[in-house]
Amino acid sequence: MLNTLTISQLRQKLAKREISSRELTQACIDNVRKVDGQIHAFLSLEEQDALAQADAADKLLASDGANKPLLGIPVGMKDVIAVKNHPLGCGSKILNKFVSPYDATVTEKLKAAGAIIFGRLNMDEFAMGSSTENSAFVTTRNPWDTSRIPGGSSGGSAAAVTADECIASLGSDTGGSIRQPAALCGCVGLKPTYGRVSRYGLVAFASSLDQIGPFTKDIRDAATMLGVLSGHDPRDSTSVPEPVPDYVAALDGNVKGLKLGLPKEYFIGGVDPKVTAAVQAAVKQLQSMGAEVVEISLPHTEYAVATYYIVATAEASANLARFDGIRYGLRVEGTDPTDLYSKTRGAGFGAEVKRRIILGTYVLSSGYYDAYYLRAQKVRTLIRQDFLKAFEKVDAIVTPTTPTAAFKVGEKSDDPMQMYLSDIFTISCNLAGICGVSLPCGFTENPKLPIGLQILGKPFGESNLLKIAHAYEQATAWHKEKAPAPK
Amino acid sequence: MAATDLNVKYVAHLARLSLSAEEEQKFGAQLGNVLGYIEKLRQLDVSKVEPTAHATPLSNITRPDETRPSLQTEEALRNAPSKANGLFLVPKIVE
Repeated sequence: MLNTLTISQLRQKLAKREISSRELTQACIDNVRKVDGQIHAFLSLEEQDALAQADAADKLLASDGANKPLLGIPVGMKDVIAVKNHPLGCGSKILNKFVSPYDATVTEKLKAAGAIIFGRLNMDEFAMGSSTENSAFVTTRNPWDTSRIPGGSSGGSAAAVTADECIASLGSDTGGSIRQPAALCGCVGLKPTYGRVSRYGLVAFASSLDQIGPFTKDIRDAATMLGVLSGHDPRDSTSVPEPVPDYVAALDGNVKGLKLGLPKEYFIGGVDPKVTAAVQAAVKQLQSMGAEVVEISLPHTEYAVATYYIVATAEASANLARFDGIRYGLRVEGTDPTDLYSKTRGAGFGAEVKRRIILGTYVLSSGYYDAYYLRAQKVRTLIRQDFLKAFEKVDAIVTPTTPTAAFKVGEKSDDPMQMYLSDIFTISCNLAGICGVSLPCGFTENPKLPIGLQILGKPFGESNLLKIAHAYEQATAWHKEKAPAPK
Repeated sequence: MAATDLNVKYVAHLARLSLSAEEEQKFGAQLGNVLGYIEKLRQLDVSKVEPTAHATPLSNITRPDETRPSLQTEEALRNAPSKANGLFLVPKIVE
């Protein structure tokens, strides 16, 4: 069962030549064949290509030049990140068999670190959604209960790691799209600080909010992945030339004297009492290990969802203008260019993408810009200031990742507003541009479903964030629980 | 700022997005709910607040104006829905 192990466990076995990358990659392929008919995490997987990469990794391992942090490790890719000569679909029909002509920066970094680029993972179309039900192709299922959603938009990335179909994966997080599915599936999901990881080669949804990050089976693996992915990239002008620390070295298990803030606005009605209880137990655990806990206030929390759905849709309406049927993707012929654009976009985009393009176009349109978009940008300032003020007093903020555990397929798919509110605890982090991680902190009973603990950190404070998360994880056994094999 | 201001048909035209009559009606109702929710932002006094367009500490990033390697024509045309002679084919724009 090599596919059930972590990066750090596998690296030791690979380095000692106890196992080969081919054996490991084959174990992942076998498991995809076995379970993905129920999970539907993968949109495609080129098995021969993956095995060829594994053979190349095995050659490097044999030649002893093997000090690469991910050498021989299969890593799945959300279908929104470019891998040269692989399909790139964004979970949409409008890309119409698009094949990437180049690698995203994160793809180059994974390859340089020795990773096996392993398949295309399902997602809500253009990362717009919280359940993968907006994928134009298939709805991914939660490995803990296949009648439930895995979360979204990076639901395929979370489900694939949870179901041991790959060892780690990449997702993107615009309003919680890494942390929310990680919480609902019961794995680790990390959203780095805005600017920490290059967005070059990530198909843009909302450019001021998007950030790429890893899904892993534990915090140590998340630290390893972040070290590989981070760093300045001249091809992304928002990537920040901040030095990349050794994130793994920061995991010393010591939280003594660290101050954790509990925002009172996140412990309110509407949150499942089991979720609140699990998070409070986690806080007690951290307290017993020497962390100091203080109540804080983030007074503009209740405005985050409204602010987000103006800012994100406005940016999306501009970014998605490029899908016009001219240079790539689907084309539906028309009587003139405008007719061609309209018909192509009408046929190629799904309902949620259309709704968001309309909302975004509306809030930017003449006469409404000040009332909606400009006002939202100002409220964004207030939300960001809430966090920066809080971080003057505390080292990190601890909250539930989601108000409830995973919901049923179809439960919210016809009510966009209810779906949007499922992201209520993750959205502020993107608006503020800070970093956040979700890790398992318990389960509901009957049905048994994972609960996620969210820890939010200062801009470029990933080391502290991972240190706290790791200390908690090592004191508990939640991350070791495995989802039942799908029937 | 009333939600009833949203004319889905007109906005969809601005976005070059053809919608069926059924979609127009459905999206109008759903987005009416969303806009109703967004109204809550009016509760805040933002008259003295500067807008935030992004959360990076950077501004005005430039690079030297030098030619650099880029995609070859063949690669750039690889996913084109219609192409000929190293060019994208588009419908006639000028009569």
